Amino acid sequence: MKDLSMHILDIAQNSVRAEADHIIISLTAEGRPRILKIVISDNGRGMEPDFLEKVTDPFTTSRKSRHVGLGIPLLKQSAELAGGNFSIKSAVNEGTEVCATFPVDSVDRIPAGNIPEALTLLVASHPGITWEFRFASECEHFELNLAEVREVLKGVPITNNHVLEWIQNTLDDGFKTVFGGVLDEVN
Amino acid sequence: MKSIKELEAIRERALKEIAIRENEGKTRIVVGMATCGIAAGAKPVMNAFVEELNKRNIHNVSVAMTGCIGVCRFEPIAEVIEPNGEKTTYVKLNPEKARRIVAEHIVNGRPVIEYTIGAAQD
Repeated sequence: MKDLSMHILDIAQNSVRAEADHIIISLTAEGRPRILKIVISDNGRGMEPDFLEKVTDPFTTSRKSRHVGLGIPLLKQSAELAGGNFSIKSAVNEGTEVCATFPVDSVDRIPAGNIPEALTLLVASHPGITWEFRFASECEHFELNLAEVREVLKGVPITNNHVLEWIQNTLDDGFKTVFGGVLDEVN
Repeated sequence: MKSIKELEAIRERALKEIAIRENEGKTRIVVGMATCGIAAGAKPVMNAFVEELNKRNIHNVSVAMTGCIGVCRFEPIAEVIEPNGEKTTYVKLNPEKARRIVAEHIVNGRPVIEYTIGAAQD
């Protein structure tokens, strides 16, 4: 994938397919040398231990129509090519947590891409899910919980254009505040 | 940082708009956004649909993502589903084609035949 936002969009949809109703996507810049840690965790179906063991194999998939599942292997590859790590935890009926780390200053790290946009697309397509987005760096942190947004809206759909615009702008602001000066591609 | 006050104002405005739009049938645009779609460039296509609809103030069309439709070599794919159930499958899309689909199919009711899967398979 060309950038991190595409990986996030991809993996988050695994969580949706696993029938999660609570999905947390967090990005944290931490450590010396700085790494960007991306964690996508859900309360979905989870995986059996033997499926989990093979899940990073491109020929492992829960799909019946295909014998290929590339989302997880591609993310693992992107992380490792940049000198980072990939890990995944899962338990049946408890959920799954995917974690990928990327050394921030590696020349082999793919750019972040437009992450607020990707997150908003997820909310727009799956408004019934309680999404939680968290950005953190050493000095700043930001959180947006869709449950709180829903409370304020009191029945007005999240998919209303103006609401989605507000969500994307809020995420944009948060992202720039937290990662500006931390990730080179964020001014 | 955007404020909760802004969100409350949006809520008030939306309540008024919703009352007017209750009875319109919704056309749905569904964009393939599985690994194949994303890798082929479906994200900018979905954005182009959303932005063009907003730009033209069209509120009775929803845009959503879906999984792998099964013809990955034709990604990015989008299906336009009318209120009467009629479905048009567009393939090998890019943002420019998405905007043209909004202009011709959504606004003027004329599907863009040359972008459909039928035209691609010939």
